Order: sequence, then structure tokens, then C-alpha cells
Amino acid sequence: MLDLFKGYKGRALEVLKHFQARVWGDTTVQTTRGDFQGIILPRSENDDDRHIVIKLVTGYNVGIDVDTVLGMRETGYKEAHYKIPEKEFPFTPGLPKVKLLGTGGTIASRLDYRTGAVIPAFSPGELYGAVPELAEICNLETEKLFAVFSENMGPEQYKKLAVSIGKEIHKGIEGIVIGHGTDTMHHTAAALSFMLQDLPVPVVMVGSQRSSDRPSSDAALNLMHAAFTAGHSDIAEVMVCMFGPTSDEYGLLHRGTRVRKMHSSYRSTFRTIGDVPIARVTRDSVLPIKTDYNKRRRDNKVKVLPFFEERVALVYYYPNMHPDIIDSLAENGYKGIVIAGTGLGHVNKPVYPAIQRAVAKGVQIFMTVQTLWGFVHMFVYDTGRDLMSMGIVPGENLLPEVAYIKLGWALGQTADPDQVRELMLTPIAGDITAGEPYNGYLIFQGGIPEMEEFIRTYHK
Amino acid sequence: MTVHTKLRMENPHLRNWLLSRENVGWVSLSDAVQATWRTLGFKCGLEIHQQLKTDKKLFCRCAAGIYHDFDDYDAEVVRHMRPTLSELGEYDGTALMEFKTRKKIVYRIKNDSACTYEVDDTPPFPLNREALDQAMRIALLLKMKIVGELHITRKQYLDGSIPTGFQRTTILGIEGAFPISTKTIRVIQFSVEEDSCREVCDIRHTRVYYADRLGMPLIETVTYPDMLTPWEAAEAAQNIRFIARSSGLVRVGIGAAREDVNVSIDGGTRIEIKGVAHIAWIPKLTHNEAFRQKSLLLIRDELAARKIDPASWKIRYTLLDPADWRHIPLLKKASAEGWKLVAVNLPGFSGILSFFNQPGRSFADEISDRLKVIPCLEKPNMLHSEQIDFSLLEPSKERDSVSANDTTLSNDVIPAPGSSTDSLLAGGVDQTGIQVFSGSRNKSGMTAPEFADSVWDKVRKELKATSEDSQIVFWAPDEDIKTALETISERCLLAFKGVPNETRKSLPDGITLFERVLPGADRMYPDTDSAPIPIAEAQIEAARVELPLGLDQRLEQLAQWGIPSDAYTYLLRNNLMPTVEDLSSKYQIAPKRLALYFAHLLKNLQGKDPLPFDPQRVEDLLIYIRKKKLALDILPEMLKVLFANPNMQFSSVLAVLNYKEITVREILAEIPLLQQMWARVKTNGLKRPDALNTWMMGRLRYLALGNMPLAELRQAVEKELSTNYTNSTN
Repeated sequence: MLDLFKGYKGRALEVLKHFQARVWGDTTVQTTRGDFQGIILPRSENDDDRHIVIKLVTGYNVGIDVDTVLGMRETGYKEAHYKIPEKEFPFTPGLPKVKLLGTGGTIASRLDYRTGAVIPAFSPGELYGAVPELAEICNLETEKLFAVFSENMGPEQYKKLAVSIGKEIHKGIEGIVIGHGTDTMHHTAAALSFMLQDLPVPVVMVGSQRSSDRPSSDAALNLMHAAFTAGHSDIAEVMVCMFGPTSDEYGLLHRGTRVRKMHSSYRSTFRTIGDVPIARVTRDSVLPIKTDYNKRRRDNKVKVLPFFEERVALVYYYPNMHPDIIDSLAENGYKGIVIAGTGLGHVNKPVYPAIQRAVAKGVQIFMTVQTLWGFVHMFVYDTGRDLMSMGIVPGENLLPEVAYIKLGWALGQTADPDQVRELMLTPIAGDITAGEPYNGYLIFQGGIPEMEEFIRTYHK
Repeated sequence: MTVHTKLRMENPHLRNWLLSRENVGWVSLSDAVQATWRTLGFKCGLEIHQQLKTDKKLFCRCAAGIYHDFDDYDAEVVRHMRPTLSELGEYDGTALMEFKTRKKIVYRIKNDSACTYEVDDTPPFPLNREALDQAMRIALLLKMKIVGELHITRKQYLDGSIPTGFQRTTILGIEGAFPISTKTIRVIQFSVEEDSCREVCDIRHTRVYYADRLGMPLIETVTYPDMLTPWEAAEAAQNIRFIARSSGLVRVGIGAAREDVNVSIDGGTRIEIKGVAHIAWIPKLTHNEAFRQKSLLLIRDELAARKIDPASWKIRYTLLDPADWRHIPLLKKASAEGWKLVAVNLPGFSGILSFFNQPGRSFADEISDRLKVIPCLEKPNMLHSEQIDFSLLEPSKERDSVSANDTTLSNDVIPAPGSSTDSLLAGGVDQTGIQVFSGSRNKSGMTAPEFADSVWDKVRKELKATSEDSQIVFWAPDEDIKTALETISERCLLAFKGVPNETRKSLPDGITLFERVLPGADRMYPDTDSAPIPIAEAQIEAARVELPLGLDQRLEQLAQWGIPSDAYTYLLRNNLMPTVEDLSSKYQIAPKRLALYFAHLLKNLQGKDPLPFDPQRVEDLLIYIRKKKLALDILPEMLKVLFANPNMQFSSVLAVLNYKEITVREILAEIPLLQQMWARVKTNGLKRPDALNTWMMGRLRYLALGNMPLAELRQAVEKELSTNYTNSTN
């Protein structure tokens, strides 16, 4: 059925029907506050039912209170269609072949009236229309694997993504870019890091922090950086490629197992934790920072391990945590728990009995630190020693989210506690490092003279 | 031999310019009459921006109204702008142009006046309710119809003046009206929006902004094109300001109010002159713009008459050997940097480049302006085969040199002397280098010998040009040449159509420069970060209760009070009507007398020395005068002292005035003594009947000041003298 009243409900819908007015109709609305003339727009489904939205001839939208409406008269009809200028993505001999896999992130986008949301644009043609510079970097192919928001990415998607990438590599692709929402990008990055081992080509995850419908979005530049990395760099690892500073200057390539989103809205939200990023990237260069990365190869071989046990939980410990939190997980059949403990890796005594009960049931428990930086050290205090004796395994410097993903991946392959422990504690993709470099922890504090000087001098 | 004949012989291009100016029918603003504009079909509309007086910004909690020196900043952030899709699915024309300019935008921020919102690293906080309440009252004063629900809209600005690339703006009301002396002006819409950054500089591909002003709440009033003369436009701008100021809710001072002025003529198009900082500039800017449009229409007709087909019209270009041009001082720098020198042939354009455009400018400047803006080539950026030496014109008569007396609107409308170049102003500060080689400002760039016909002959030969063509030579780095050629070609093709849609930047001398392609409604789309805000009936009614009197009522009141019309502007501009009204009723003083303390005395003082002065000090003075039982005549004298020394104690002010308390009787007792002195003074042949009277008032005035009303003194003197006179004749 043709929906003439897109998004309208309740009183607003009644009023529209009563006056035989419809969405996209150029309409004169008589109200107690005076006449308004414009095109009736669809209404966002989350907004109230007391207003009708019209677009004035000047391009502005205004809402009209339905209680003030005296009459409506349609004088014309103009339905809008969204279209991103689409041009065929040109093939340039000599440029690397790069595949962009879409998951639902917003790299280029258009607007949706119904929800007020931003809808991604994706085909190569659409992307070329939005970011024509891509054609100078690579020969791009795209495939939309799913259209889910970042928060809805989960084990099913991780596995499908890993398998799809494996196929592309077998077919001889020279680099993979994955468009992804930023909220859980580091979870997916960790998952792919474990599921795709011994990669011959770069796998680059990219998104945008500031929506791509705005002229100052970081999306286009991120995409160029990612495409360049995928096509031209010799770093054959799973990486997150996002802004280095908040300024439009360069991107950073973070190892998929050491990266974390650290700010709710900043462009430079992704940081490598406890280490330094692998490289910096500009529109036409990759400048390595580390040297011990996995190098690009000419073969099309990759080990794909698409496994994941879903009954795994990440528990963020807080003072006064009650034992029933752990009990309920054990009782509900969870097979693994990662605890983000305080300090060096601690929880309080009242939880101990619950931990013992869970371990006795065969639940695998690993300890990480909610300080994010630093290693778990459970020998330092009695608390730690007590916990270890109960069967909690210290997770070295696995980031809590990475430990969660890794435990799900390990339990997906085996239920044997020793094997799980071995998988967990063996570094696979830089997820556990031998130590922490001195410059692996740099959270600068504003206000200090030398920092203020730094901020003034460099585009942060 | 007349001057003109001489000119004709010396510079054929100047002759062409003068002739085309005559054809356009250009007259100076002071020589223009109603019929001048009627014949053109002159129409003008306004977009007036005023900052609201809120403590905080519109979409974040940063303090509003803190300004810094451009070099005083804590950090810089770099952004680039690229066009995005609008709601209706089209790219905006401006957007594409700005994309071509490839600007790197640098924002300077300081922690006390900007947070992560300003640099678009965090979404907006809920709209500032104080701003909304203030705006509502002003909207009601303008008789706007208030909307039922605010929708925050994003209006794209790709020039970088806002780091997001769009301005958050929302319509509060539509269809209002306000009076000017000749008619009622209709208002299209009234909106609340965030202010933009201040421009620091714009050189080549880098533009620097300061983000302190960014995000301050602004109201915008957009009128219909109801103004049919430049003077009506200025009056309307003035009256919108009066109305806003009558609310006491808008900021005053440099940069607090800015006007965008839209001008069109019959057959022309709407041209938006942006960021006019002073209302006094409006008449001349709009007048010149009308004739610029007329000149472009004549060029269109001329090209049509030449039967050139725009569909097949094409520029031809060639690279010149820089070595041949190295001797030209203007090109030294370009050649040192390895830029290329490009000669362009414009077929059939002979006589077009030197066609009149604005005072001191020809059509070629339209191309040069765009070369500055689009491929970012700093001026001087080109030379052409019809270069005009404007220095040959008689300066006073011909060049329409900008003189203050050409602006017959009173000086009163200029907010503060010396403020015209202040960087707080809306428009760009990049006013350097304009017309460098038109000769009217800087003759060094473009002197005759270098552009002798022989040089151009060579260019023409290389381009295989005919005498019907004209030529441009420009210089640019490799990466900008393609855009520069497109820019030249595009502007010439637009000449076949008439007046291109543009926004233009205003200069104080009444000249405008190309700023960008005029944006359309296509650049608006909903702000996905903000929910709609309903406006309840009760909210409107609450605002209505607190409304000050409307402008029409105030004008009536001024007439009733018998205020001379030259005092209106000062009183309305400074929102002093409520003060006068209040003081008049509190202290039983005629409003006219009070009004003139402000509108004549204070204005005069400020004219000599533009210091701020709190009108409340006048009331303080009145209280003091009442308490001390002084005669009111002393107030103006005290005010003068107080103006220069705002913190001086009132008793000290009296001391400065040499005030001594003395009774009326004692003052009057001086009269007979003075009369005796007069006998000795009189020998100087003062024959006028009131000579004694005047002399005596002069002697007694300072004694009496504050101790008795001077009018009373005058009466007493007159009475005494006439009695004495009668006595002596008897």
C-alpha cells in the first residue's frame, strides 16, 4: 500500500486525513498563528503526534502544531528522491585491486526522513560520486555483507566476515577494506585478528566518527587512508585505520588486538593501548612506526578460523559487587567469563564463593585490568594469589574486550580447559606483548605548560 | 583639446570604459534620483543578523562574547570541507565551487571560549533556552507568525567559516512586518542560528579562522525585496536594528550586527552582498550593484549582437616562455617560484574586458575576482589586453572617489568611528590588493610601458588571435592551472547569460567583489543531532507580556514629545526611549529636555571621543542634583565632566565646575554692580540693544549654574535692567 502519511500517527495523522493532505504535497496550512505554505515532509517515527512538518520555499523546515490548524489546501505535489551522484568507478591499469566489504557503517550517506537517520551509500559508483579521489588510489570493488549498526555486530557477522575475506584472498585480492560503525569496531577487529591468521594482504577496518553527511566529516579521508593502506602498504595484518589527530592530517594504523575506542565523539577516538600504532598513513604514503609487523606476501594463502562460542561474558568488576552476578552466569550455562578487575586484577572477597562455584562447574575465568594499561599481576597481593588458587587465570595484558573476543573464539574451538588456557595465553596477533614500551602509555594532562605548548604547536 | 579627447588618444580602453559607463547610464549616488532606480527596476531585500545578549552560546555551554587577539590561542585544528547531499538529493552549486578551491581550513581555539563542540568533535547540547526566549520577544516585535515546532536545520557553508561545514539554524517565525517612513516592509522569516568564526586570513589554499565568536546565538531577519531605492534599504536596515535594540536583548558594538543585502534589477538576478558592517554603506553598495548588473546585461546584449554562439565558444590558451616576461616586476615572484605563465584568448571578446563594471573596475575584474576565490590565485593574478589606466581620470569628478559627503544618510548610523576595518566584522578581512592593477590604488603593478601594444601583439601572435578577440595572461602553479582555465571560461560563458548568481563581498568604498556562487535552498537539511522543539501557546503569550512598545508607537511618541528628527536615530539606536520615559515621569522633567541630553549632548561628546557611557549615570546625576537641590541647568555641564571622567565623584565634578553654593538673592545682588561695570566696558561700541543683557548673563551664568534656573536668571536680569532703564530715563 502506498503510504501517503509517512511517519505520521495519532492526532497529526487524523488532521492530515481530515483535510485530505498528504506527504510531499505543496500545501497551504491555515492556523491560528497565521498561514504557512510549504511541502509536507515525512515525520520521524520517534517524534510526537502533535506536529506536522513542512519545508518552506526557503528550504527550512518548520513544525505546525496540529491544534492550531484551521484548514489545509494542497496546491502541488513534489516527492523527493535521494540519490548520490553515481558515476562508474573507473578502472586504472597498474593500481591495486581493493575490495570494500560493507557491514553498515556510514562512509558515504544519505538522509532518511522517517527516522531522521543517515543511510549509507555504498556501491562503487556511489562512493566514487562521494569520494572521487579513490579512483587515484585503487581499483575498487564493493560488496555489502550486512547492513547492521555497529552495536548489532556479533559472532555471526564476525564469522561471515572472516570467511568472506578468506574467499577474497584466495581469489587474489590485494587488499581488504571493511566499512564498520565505530562503536564496536575494536571488537570486530579483535575477532578478525584471531579468525584470520597468517594474512598475505592488509585487512583495514574503517569508519567515521562524525557523520558522513557533514562537509567536515572524517569519513572521506579515512576511506582514502584505508584504501591506500589496503592497496599499497606491506602490512598484512588486521588494522583499524582512523584519524590520528582530530585535524585532517593523517591516520593511524592500529593493530586489531591493541586498539580501543576512547572518546564518544572525537575523530581521534581510536588509540593503541599499551603499545604504539603500527604506522601512520596519509593520502599517498604509509609511514611505519613499528617494524615487527607481518609482511605482505604474494601467495593467496590465509588460515581462516571462524569459530565463536557465544556463552561468554565480560564482567566489569565494581566495589560491592555481589556474588549472584557470577552465580547467574554460571547457572545460565556460560562457558567463559572475562573479569575486568581493579588495579592489578582484583575482585573483593564476597565474590570468592561464587567464583569457586563457577570454576567447579567448569566455567573458564580470565582476569584482565580495567585500568586498560598495564599487565595483570596477581602475585603481588594476597587477593590475587587467592583468586588464582580458585582457578582464575591472569590474562597478561589482553585488553578486556580483546580477552572477551579471544575467549569466545577459543571456546568455539575446544572445551578443554588446558587447550583454552593455552590458546588464551599464546600471543596470536600482538594481543599479548612481551612487555610494555615506555611510550605505550601516554595520556597527557592538559594545563601543564609543556603540554599547552605542544597543543599550540602541533595540530592535535 | 578637451580632456576627453586627450584621453581618447592616450588610452582607447579608458575611452571604451567611459563610453560603456555612459551606455549603462551610471550616475553617482548623490546625482541619482527616484527615477534612476525606477528605470533600472531596482529591488532590495535584507538579511539582518544580530547577536543575542546571552551568557552562553547556542548549542554548547561556552561563554558568549569573549573575543581574543588572533595570535592569542591555545590550539589549532585543521579541516577540509567537501560537499554532501542535501535533503532533496542535489549537490548545491556553491558546494561544488568550494570543493574546487581545495582549501585547507585552520581553526584557532581558546579554552575559555570554545570546547569540543566548536570544532565539531562532539554533538550539540540542547538549544539554549535563554536565546530562544529572547529571540521570541524580538520575533513578536516584528509581528512574526510563530511556528508550532522548531526544527534545527543544517545550512551548508563550505567556506569553512563553521567547522562542521554547516550552520545550525532554525525558523522561529514567518511573515512579519515593520514600518519605514514611506511604507510597510514585509519580513519573510525570522530565525535563530549560531554565529560563524571570524576570519583571520585567507592566502592561497589556506584560510585561517578564529573560533571565539563561533556558536554565539544570532537572530536573522529576512525581508521581502520591498525596498525600491538604496535609501529605503538603509532605512529598513536601521529600523530593524531599532526594533531589536528596543528589546534590550541584542548585543551592540562592533560586529554585533551585520547585514546581507540582496539587490536585483529588471532582467538581472538576486545578488547577495554579504557582511555589510555598517548601515551607512548600504546606499552606495546597492546603487553600484544595480549598475553592475545593468552593465552585465549590456554585455550580454553586445555578445548577442556579435552573433557569437556560446555553445561553440571556447577559450584557447598557450604557455608563454617565462624568460620573455622576467623583466616585468609584477611577475618576478611568480617566475621565481616556478609558476607557469598562461596566455588565454577570449574569442570575440574585444572591448568586453574594458567594459564598465563598477567605479574603478571593468569586466576583467570579474574574472580576476574569481581567480582569487576559486583557484586561490592571490591578486594581482592576471593582466589583460584592455588594461585601463584609471589614473588618467580626473580624480574628483570621474573616479567617484569615495567621499564621506556622498553619503547623505547622517553619520549617526555609523556605530563607532574607526571601526570599519576592525576584524570583528562579518566580512572577510582580506581587502588587500584589490584593484592593484586598475591603477586607482596602486599604480606600480600595471604601468603602461610593460603592457605596450607590442607585448600584447606578441601574445596575440602566439594565440593566433584576431582583432575581435581579447587576451588574458595569468600565472599559477601547475596544480591550479586547470581550475584557473575553467574559471575564466566559466565566467566568460556566464557573460552570455547576463548576471550570474553570486554572493559578493562588500568594501567600504561601495564596491563589491565576487565571494562565491549564490547558494540555493538545496543546501539545507535536517540536523540529525537535534530533536524538534515544540513552541507552546503559553510560551508565546508569556513573551508577549514582556514586550516593549513597537517602533511605530515609538515614532509617534517622538513626534508627540516634539523631539527634533535629527535626534531620533540616537535615541532609538541606543534604546533610550524607555530611559527617557522613565526619568521624565520619575523626576517630572519634560521628555524633550531629557532626550536632548542624550541625543545632542552625549552624542556630541561621543562624536569627539567615542567612549562608552552608561545612561544610568544620568539618573545618578538627577538623584544627586535633587538631593543637593541644584538647578537642573547644571546637569549638562556635569555630564560633560563626567563623560571624560566616568568614575569621578559628583562632588568633585562640582569642584571642577567651580560650583559655589550661593543664594538667589546674592546672585541678583551682582546685577547692579555689573551694570556699573558695563558703563566702562560699553566704550567698545557695542550698540546692539541686548548687548548689556548678553554680557551680564555671561558674567552671571557660572555663578548661577546649579543655584538657580538660568531662565529665571535671564528674566531677573531683564526685569532689573528694564526697571533700571525706566528709572534712568525718568
